Amino acid sequence: MRGDQREGQLLTKLILRRLALGAITLLVVSLIVFGGTEILPGDVANAILGQGATPENLQVIRKELGLDRPAYIRYFEWLGGLFTGDLGNSLATQRPVSDILAPRLPKTLLLGGLAALIAVPLAVTLGLYTAMRPGSWFDRSLTTGSIAMVSAPEFLIATLLVLAFAVELRWLPAIARISESSSPGEVFIALAMPVATLTAAVLAPMMRMTRSAILNVLSHPSIEMAILKGVPRRTIILKHALPNAIAPIINVIAVNLAYIIGGVLVVETIFSYDGVAKLMVDGVAARDLPVVQACAMFFCAIYIVFNLIADVVSIVANPRLRHSK
Amino acid sequence: MSALLQINDLRVEGRRNTRSPYSPIVKGVSLEVNRGEVLALIGESGAGKSTIAVSSMGYAKPGCRFSGGEVIFDGISVLDMTLEQKRVVRGARISYVAQSAAASFNASLRLDDQITEVSMVHGVGTKAEAETRMVDLARRMQLPDPENIIRKYPHQVSGGQLQRLMAVMAMNAQPDLLVLDEPTTALDVTTQVEVLAAFKDAIRDSGAAAIYVTHDLAVVAQVADRIHVLLGGETVEEGPTEQILHDPQEDYTRKLMAAVRPPPKRTGEGAGSREATDDTVIDVAAIDAGYGKRIGGGVVVQVLHDVSVDIPRGSAVGVIGESGCGKSTLARVISGLLPAASGEILLDGSALPSDVKDRTREQLRRVQIVMQMPDVSFNPLKTIGQALERPLEFYLDMPADKRRERVAELLKMVDLPAEFANRRPQALSGGQKQRVNLARALAAEPEVILCDEVTSALDTVVGAQIIELLKRLQDDLGVTFVFISHDLSTVASFADRVVVLYAGRVAEQGPTAQILSPPYHPYTSLLLHSVPEMRVGWLEEIRETETAQLAAASVVEIGATGCPFHKRCPMAIPGTCDVKDPPIRPLPNGHRIACHREVAELY
Repeated sequence: MRGDQREGQLLTKLILRRLALGAITLLVVSLIVFGGTEILPGDVANAILGQGATPENLQVIRKELGLDRPAYIRYFEWLGGLFTGDLGNSLATQRPVSDILAPRLPKTLLLGGLAALIAVPLAVTLGLYTAMRPGSWFDRSLTTGSIAMVSAPEFLIATLLVLAFAVELRWLPAIARISESSSPGEVFIALAMPVATLTAAVLAPMMRMTRSAILNVLSHPSIEMAILKGVPRRTIILKHALPNAIAPIINVIAVNLAYIIGGVLVVETIFSYDGVAKLMVDGVAARDLPVVQACAMFFCAIYIVFNLIADVVSIVANPRLRHSK
Repeated sequence: MSALLQINDLRVEGRRNTRSPYSPIVKGVSLEVNRGEVLALIGESGAGKSTIAVSSMGYAKPGCRFSGGEVIFDGISVLDMTLEQKRVVRGARISYVAQSAAASFNASLRLDDQITEVSMVHGVGTKAEAETRMVDLARRMQLPDPENIIRKYPHQVSGGQLQRLMAVMAMNAQPDLLVLDEPTTALDVTTQVEVLAAFKDAIRDSGAAAIYVTHDLAVVAQVADRIHVLLGGETVEEGPTEQILHDPQEDYTRKLMAAVRPPPKRTGEGAGSREATDDTVIDVAAIDAGYGKRIGGGVVVQVLHDVSVDIPRGSAVGVIGESGCGKSTLARVISGLLPAASGEILLDGSALPSDVKDRTREQLRRVQIVMQMPDVSFNPLKTIGQALERPLEFYLDMPADKRRERVAELLKMVDLPAEFANRRPQALSGGQKQRVNLARALAAEPEVILCDEVTSALDTVVGAQIIELLKRLQDDLGVTFVFISHDLSTVASFADRVVVLYAGRVAEQGPTAQILSPPYHPYTSLLLHSVPEMRVGWLEEIRETETAQLAAASVVEIGATGCPFHKRCPMAIPGTCDVKDPPIRPLPNGHRIACHREVAELY
């Protein structure tokens, strides 16, 4: 049908526009990341030479590393490198940044992915469940509990977990170390507390947003109509309410997945986990700018991608956009 | 045989929020509905009509609960049923048609899915049978292209079609009782006729009984067998339609009847009386306006096309048209809230800046606007006195002690006691708020007051009182009123001149008496014939006319070339009306008709 084709084009146009916006955002982010690392106090030459730095030595090292050239030239070189996959060399170790990053990427993705895999279904189910029985004992205790959880920052949760399970009970290690040869059981034991910390941080907001999105939809006249049609309660929630609540729910999920990325920074540091975040924190300490820049771009890109996914899902979930007049 | 539905001494109470106490809404109402019969529940808002109607399904709206009495449907007590038992009855044996189909259909699901769902959840036959019934009902509801329209999503069809599709849904599982809750109230008058007729046929053909909730007596006259009049949750009286309409026993019923404006007489008698003067206070000259600015001039969605209207000093000018025709946009353009894309507004012969931001305080003072929704046009934290003092201070620089005096005078002008100055808006009823709204406009001592659907959110009786107030104010103060309304009867009873808008263009304008009598613009003629009359049998007569049949066949299209009305017009000339803008035919007293037909053909 011609109509469908036109609708498809409209949808594609909207999505393409969103993707273009995402690309522009990423470009702006690259500027901010580069600018941000530029204004970090001290520089790598200082860090390398340490106490023995004389102005002459510093000058030589800066020249060697190309730090004496204007910032904008270095920015465009760096940006060009990004596009070709060349992330530059670590200033501290001289190894290619991509080689340093490569073994750590899967570890961070595993940590964040596991947290998301547990938190998202759990939050949506609990949100749906509380929305079906608003004001019930179950609803009220979860609501109160979630406020407490939202108020506690990750480092506090992590510290409390370590105190309880590592120091007192001695069930779990305080440091999360895994390698390629680790068995699933070892991975589970190592990651239990980091994953629990991340889950705790994002579970509450996702659950509460799911609950309020569903409740908001349930107060709509179309739901009263469904009740008066004699539609069973389960069908009302799953067929009539959920599709209308999907866009806000997906949005809050995406924002919280992006938040997990932020949480990873704290969690990896606390548990000494060899992921990208810890690399970045160490990189900042060593003024190893190419490493910091690559890590920052990685986190920002993931953040933007999640938000893009949320936007695209909202567009696709809206029947007014999917089927124009 | 016993009644299909019997309600005995029903009591329902409700509360605003979980903390406030329950107060009674329905205070002991008894009624019965027999098989194949249509019972109308009428009354003003807050009378408990809808609450009683949905109680037949054992449903209490959120915040409400049953506190006494019984509801017996087909021999079974509905209020004693478990939730699951009620679910089995709802939709299958008793079904519901809501006031706003646009809100009551689920935007994310296709229409056919929602319609056949009723039969599916209740196990009434197979899916194929439900589909057949759906298409069949859609055809009987005179929906265009029934096989395809049901495959669409709710936002893809018009409001009138959606309302009929809601009836298709309600009847899909072949219920014994239909509950219709103001099903035509939200529709335009020309659409209402078709929908009303479709409902009436469908009820008759299905042999189902019906409860028809409405505040509109003219509608009741067309569909109901018996009428049950309600006031404040109590029964006033009940009787056969003819008797209630022509021989009401109770004062309240008589008052309701009196508040119904007779449809404008098509002879043109009894309309506006003031003489036409040459003294124009506002001259709207060739206005184009719309929403969304386009780079390099123009608008994205153009609403008004080349609108020119003269507003004589001291007159009441009615602006009439269906929803989306640009009535409110015209008010917003005159007031400067929406700057026109092109054209001019002249106040006493000198041009007003098109944007409200560029107007002087004096220019602002001279043109005031009264909005449609009294509930949202006040700051809830300010007292009525403070709301009224504001324009006195802003426009007239009046000192504090004089302001208080003036507020008392203003309240008196709109028939409210002076003590109201200390109250907050929440303590006032809708009608009282609208009076204060009017007083606030009067406070600026303006020359022109724009009234945008000021009675639309009010009940019939209250609305009629506001109109009386407007008439009196005009006689006493000589203010010029621009009165915007979708209700031709109201406009005709008040306005000296009428402007008929269709799809953003002026179809016809002139003295009220001349508008209401031939020659007519074909659209004015359709409007006049669509206003329901409060007598039994009117609907059947009107459906026979060619005008109504053509009007039903098409929907309004804005921005088409030629005359925007040509598709619905019984007199359209192919090859002319659809391509060329209609010429303006001048008649005596500034009466102008925009039509390709010669004046002689428009009688």
